[in-house]
Amino acid sequence: MEWRGGWSGERWVIPMASLDQDTLNRVDDDLLRPLMATSRRYFVASSLVGLIVLTAVAVFGYQVWRGIGVLGINRPVFWAFYITNFVFWIGISHAGTLISAILRLANATWRRPVTRCAEAITVFALSIGAMFPIIHLGRPWLFFWLVPYPSQRTIWPNFRSPLLWDFFAISSYLTGSVTFLLLPIIPDWAVVRERAHGWRKRLYRVLSLGWRGTPRQWNRLETAMHIMAVVIIPVAVSVHTIVSWDFAMAPVPMWHSTIFGPYFVAGAIFSGIAGLILAMALLRKCLHLEEYLRPLHFDNLGKLLLMMSLLWFYFIVAERLTTWYGNESSEMAVFWATQRGAFAPLFWIMVLCNFGIPFPLLAIKKLRTITGTVIASSTIVVGMWIERFLIIVPSLARKYLPYAFGSYRPTWVEITVTAGTFAAMGLLYLLFVKFVPIISIWELKVGLRATLPARAAWRQKAAPWSQCRDLRGRPNAGEAVLAANLMAKEPRE
Amino acid sequence: MNKDAVYGLYPNPESAQRAVDALEEAGVPERDIVIVSAEPFEDYPFGRRDHRTLMPWIAVLAGVLAGLMGFLFVAFTQRAYPLPTGGMPIVSPWPDGVITYELIMLGAILATLITLVVTARSPEGTSHIYATEVAQGKILVGAAKVRAENSAKIEAALRNAGAFSVVGSKPGA
Repeated sequence: MEWRGGWSGERWVIPMASLDQDTLNRVDDDLLRPLMATSRRYFVASSLVGLIVLTAVAVFGYQVWRGIGVLGINRPVFWAFYITNFVFWIGISHAGTLISAILRLANATWRRPVTRCAEAITVFALSIGAMFPIIHLGRPWLFFWLVPYPSQRTIWPNFRSPLLWDFFAISSYLTGSVTFLLLPIIPDWAVVRERAHGWRKRLYRVLSLGWRGTPRQWNRLETAMHIMAVVIIPVAVSVHTIVSWDFAMAPVPMWHSTIFGPYFVAGAIFSGIAGLILAMALLRKCLHLEEYLRPLHFDNLGKLLLMMSLLWFYFIVAERLTTWYGNESSEMAVFWATQRGAFAPLFWIMVLCNFGIPFPLLAIKKLRTITGTVIASSTIVVGMWIERFLIIVPSLARKYLPYAFGSYRPTWVEITVTAGTFAAMGLLYLLFVKFVPIISIWELKVGLRATLPARAAWRQKAAPWSQCRDLRGRPNAGEAVLAANLMAKEPRE
Repeated sequence: MNKDAVYGLYPNPESAQRAVDALEEAGVPERDIVIVSAEPFEDYPFGRRDHRTLMPWIAVLAGVLAGLMGFLFVAFTQRAYPLPTGGMPIVSPWPDGVITYELIMLGAILATLITLVVTARSPEGTSHIYATEVAQGKILVGAAKVRAENSAKIEAALRNAGAFSVVGSKPGA
């Protein structure tokens, strides 16, 4: 067999020379360092978030002991902070699997350092979000009444209830997301297995499921990943659509709308990308992954975020304009409560956070830096939480008959449990990076190897980075720069 | 001495491909050629070996079956324990469709996972061949079930292809 190189007329076709051993070792060292060594800062950070989580758990225990009278919910605002958290975290969970699956199917080569970080967010956010319907229950120990199983009490769940659809949707999504996260980790755990000692070696031997890396295993893994990517996208879309139906199926003012499905899905992707950018920025700083999570990744995700910000604004305008034009009295009560009533400050903060601040930061190229995208993402996360709150509470507080109007003010219990969920996200992430390389080692190496033709072309001054292609002709400038930097032979961007 | 397996370690996919070609020329049957790497090499013929799989079809079939079973479960339950709700029929196709859809997807996901675990196992006789250097980026190419009289020939073929080192392992090693 022979591999010959040369200019094919459109791109360089040259042998895929090997990555030198130093580069391979450096990639391993950089990405396995967090697993092998634990700094004092790590313990401090873990203890801090762990303490907040424990406090939240204790407060939840207090709520169970005293009953949900300790919450701010009341008649008619039965759903408030906890259901806001449920919708918010399920939305954040769309960051990973959906983005990762779309980028995989689109063969976006810059995805490689990003995907695992995103997939982990999905699993953690979904786990946190799925707890809230249980936390919200007056008697949480009876949550299994929701599970469809043969019961001698003849209390059968009503399959026509959207709350039961949630059970099926979230179960499927959680199963799919965990599978989607774990499959590409197996080869990396095999690498860790060979480097670890003692109990860690035994642990990773079990976790790597006897992975060796035969062509048969690689082909099966990649086929499975491809199927999962195809399956997980419609599941992710359905999950948040069904979450939206928890509201839209009820004849409550400003809930009973056909726009809710796509509106929720768009909002979920929007907040998910913002959450992903924040997580990436933290990991980049804390784990010293500057060479891997590059400005290019933030720039590309920033563009996606810009598109979603515009889409979110479109949905808000479409929803508000339709309501205002219809001028239906019960809906207008909710409309005005949010536009210029008690909820107006929150509404305008939401618009500012989701559109006013992010739009210029993301639209102007000079501002779309790492700092710019992080600021935009931070405001979006806040804005999207407020958006979820404004979907739920004003509609319940202004439901039809004025004598039944109510108000809502959260108590310290709800605030503490909500803070605990953000700390839980941090804690889960901290634990995750101790056991799993946060960037897929094997996928990164595949990407680096694929850029070698592009890198060679650059060295021959035949093509600028922007025109670099891999062997299959796909644009690959980002990883070509990464490869060059890791090999320390060509200048930085 | 009768050796069970002989393998070489290669620094790059080009030399690994040369080794695979050399083993085939030396008369080693394809099923006895072992390749182990820390990353996939789809752009090379050796990386595309054994790539045919029914996994997508199994996922589709499992999805259809799971959806069908899910619909029947829901429909029979609704008939067995009727819960009149909002003027909807007892067996309501739209809401039941939501659950059927989710179970189709769940069936496909679980079938994919199970198929991967079952079919990714190595064939008998080749499963014990491994070297820790693979985790450092080397590519292992070798032959299982090597007869003593062929051993030298195969070792030479592996060495000539550019192996860092060639190792022979005893049966049961």
